[in-house]
Amino acid sequence: MTTLSLFQPRFRTLRAFAFCLSIGFAGPVLADNLPDIQRLIKQGQHAQALEKVDQYLSSRPKDAQGRFLKGLILTELNRPADAIGVFTKLSEDYPELPEPYNNLAVLYAQQKQYDKARTALEMAIRTHPSYAIAYENLGDVYAKLASQAYDKALQLDGANATTQNKLALIRDLVSTSGKGNVRPPVVAAAPAPAPVPAPAPAPVAAAKPTPTATVVATTPGAAAAAPTPVAAAETKRPAPAKAAGNDDVAQAIASWAQAWSQKDMKAYFAAYANSFEPGKGASRKAWEAERSQRIGERPGKISVTYEEPTISVDGNTATARFRQHYKAPGLNSSSWKTLVFVRSGSKWLIQEEKAR
Amino acid sequence: MRIRKLLLPGLTGLAVVVSALYFFPREKHADPVSQAAAQNPPISQIWPDHGPSASSPPPAPELVDGSPEARLVGIFHEIEQRNLNRALELTEALLQQHPNYRLAHLIKGDLLLARTRPIENFGAAQGAPAERVADLRAEALKRLQGYREKPAANSVPRYLVQMRPDQRYAVVIDTQRSRLYLYENDLQNGGRPRFVADYYVTQGKLGADKLAEGDKKTPIGVYHVTADLSRQKLPDLYGNGAFPINYPNEWDRRQGRGGSGIWLHGTQSDTFSRPPLASDGCVVLTNQDLDAIRSNLQVGLTPVIISDSIEWLSLDDWAKEREALNQTIETWRADWESRDTARYLNHYSRQFSAGGQNFAQFAEQKRSVNAGKEWIKVRLDNLSVFRNPGKEELIVVTFDQDYRSNNLNNRMKKRQYWVREGGRWKIIYEGAA
Repeated sequence: MTTLSLFQPRFRTLRAFAFCLSIGFAGPVLADNLPDIQRLIKQGQHAQALEKVDQYLSSRPKDAQGRFLKGLILTELNRPADAIGVFTKLSEDYPELPEPYNNLAVLYAQQKQYDKARTALEMAIRTHPSYAIAYENLGDVYAKLASQAYDKALQLDGANATTQNKLALIRDLVSTSGKGNVRPPVVAAAPAPAPVPAPAPAPVAAAKPTPTATVVATTPGAAAAAPTPVAAAETKRPAPAKAAGNDDVAQAIASWAQAWSQKDMKAYFAAYANSFEPGKGASRKAWEAERSQRIGERPGKISVTYEEPTISVDGNTATARFRQHYKAPGLNSSSWKTLVFVRSGSKWLIQEEKAR
Repeated sequence: MRIRKLLLPGLTGLAVVVSALYFFPREKHADPVSQAAAQNPPISQIWPDHGPSASSPPPAPELVDGSPEARLVGIFHEIEQRNLNRALELTEALLQQHPNYRLAHLIKGDLLLARTRPIENFGAAQGAPAERVADLRAEALKRLQGYREKPAANSVPRYLVQMRPDQRYAVVIDTQRSRLYLYENDLQNGGRPRFVADYYVTQGKLGADKLAEGDKKTPIGVYHVTADLSRQKLPDLYGNGAFPINYPNEWDRRQGRGGSGIWLHGTQSDTFSRPPLASDGCVVLTNQDLDAIRSNLQVGLTPVIISDSIEWLSLDDWAKEREALNQTIETWRADWESRDTARYLNHYSRQFSAGGQNFAQFAEQKRSVNAGKEWIKVRLDNLSVFRNPGKEELIVVTFDQDYRSNNLNNRMKKRQYWVREGGRWKIIYEGAA
């Protein structure tokens, strides 16, 4: 069912938080309990996990970590009303935690209560201005709200429009949230002493582990660190492509975008065929120098994501067209890109790159 | 801050939209109204009077009060100033008051979508039916135009020559501007029309100048309200009420114009407002606007003059025209009393026809009747004179006629249509009203 598949990526996000919080909180005393519960969740044994977490909470009803896990379990058990109750209380008791807001938003969005989802995400961002996941989700919710507004404005058949938008949203989430999550606070990622105009002040990032490991202090750090496994999971997914021949091309695009995002210049250049022509009469060498400067030496994080490409394979050449989203400190852009590939052995290499 | 960056990509596209909507008065010379106005200095000075002009700072946005136009202007102002958050707040406040305001939903959609990706035009919804977006865009333009261009204080619609004392208000509609103007009969100033308010209206899908049944056009002419159907159970389409007008009137019938059932009415419940061209010929107001004017509408009395583009006169020119027309009517009355049939008939067009008589038959009857008269007294009360909009030079004169003579007394309400022939006004139709 489309609805379920839509929210799967989000649940993955929810799980990620479970890990993250445990990193932050697992004190020696609690060590046996929480990892057990997390393992049960991971194994899909939600009923047992719920039992355990209730046990755990019976002695520490205020414990944020336990309540958070309970919220996740209830979500997995498809008890959204109960899950909303847990996360709402948690956000009331710990208004400075972004995660409960984010997960509330996911649950609200699941129930098509996009206004509530928006409010929750805006709260998450208010508490943590550099919180990437919340931004991604918020963008998603804005798009949904826009779509609802258009439905009302234009008397569209809401059902049809929504289905189309949902599919588009899945792509957005898969392609962008993973990358976004990896983003460490900009300050940390930019070792360059050069006076880079860092857009995110991210005072949070500077917070050193405080002596008293309170819930509040540790969560932000955990939030930044945690999503890594998710990102790994996400990047493994090739862009969905139907024909068998297309899969390899899709994989080539994914590797290329990943190399670019990770500033892995070796892998990036390896994505291009020897016959690649940089255009504007530039030599390959000059082009490589320019790209190295723009990508490899660029301070701050780069994120290159793209929407599902249209791929056509014709013998040993293939053409892929897609919408590319490029984000780097101080620069966000979206453009249509066309890559022409040539087959070289088992690999597809870029022969031509056109942006518009 | 990151959120800034998220917003920025959307700005360029939206700014284009706004300038297209916001600065449209600069394009005004493209439309025939203004061209005509430019050729005719007295009128162009009167119209349009740009309230707050494009170059002067727009008025402070009104959050809670204010007409939908004022609030739209506030929203577009914020968009222009790149205050998209504020613009969204204002739009949401507007929607709170009018949850079915489709235009506001469209703007809201654009403002939200601009937060996620660049948008290139007004109504950037993917796969949106172009026609419906165009409808809402047209509504936005008409409403903003209506807000910006108010009639100047020293001008009046040419059509309101003279209202009878008990006609408290007159409705004048400009179909090109999608605007209804409400005028008060200012008796303390000699019955000068005084501007009260103006409202956005919807007209027929295919515009104005109705000719035939089912042509989906709004008639042009001088009409009056004939009924108040507000207390009856009306279909939802008519919203908060309906006021039929007397289309086709005597002149329409004479011109062979067909159709019927032209009403001023409210708006169906699923929308706050309808596009400029959307009805089957009726003039449609929002329910709140209909409620605002309903107490001013008098059944059988209130004139409803529909024009494709209102002609405006300075008060001086209006007073002169009124005096001249009153003089013309007075001469006709006096010539009737004179029993000089030739002088009397000189007020009638050769094209005259009424009550099954052509001019020759009418002239013959008058001659024979006048032969038996020793004296005639004619008194006109409750005189109203309205100029008919449109190409023909035509005035509609209505009065209570008290006719007395040596052998016959008669009281009636009479309506005449006078046309301009060879530089003189002549009666082309008269009959009981």
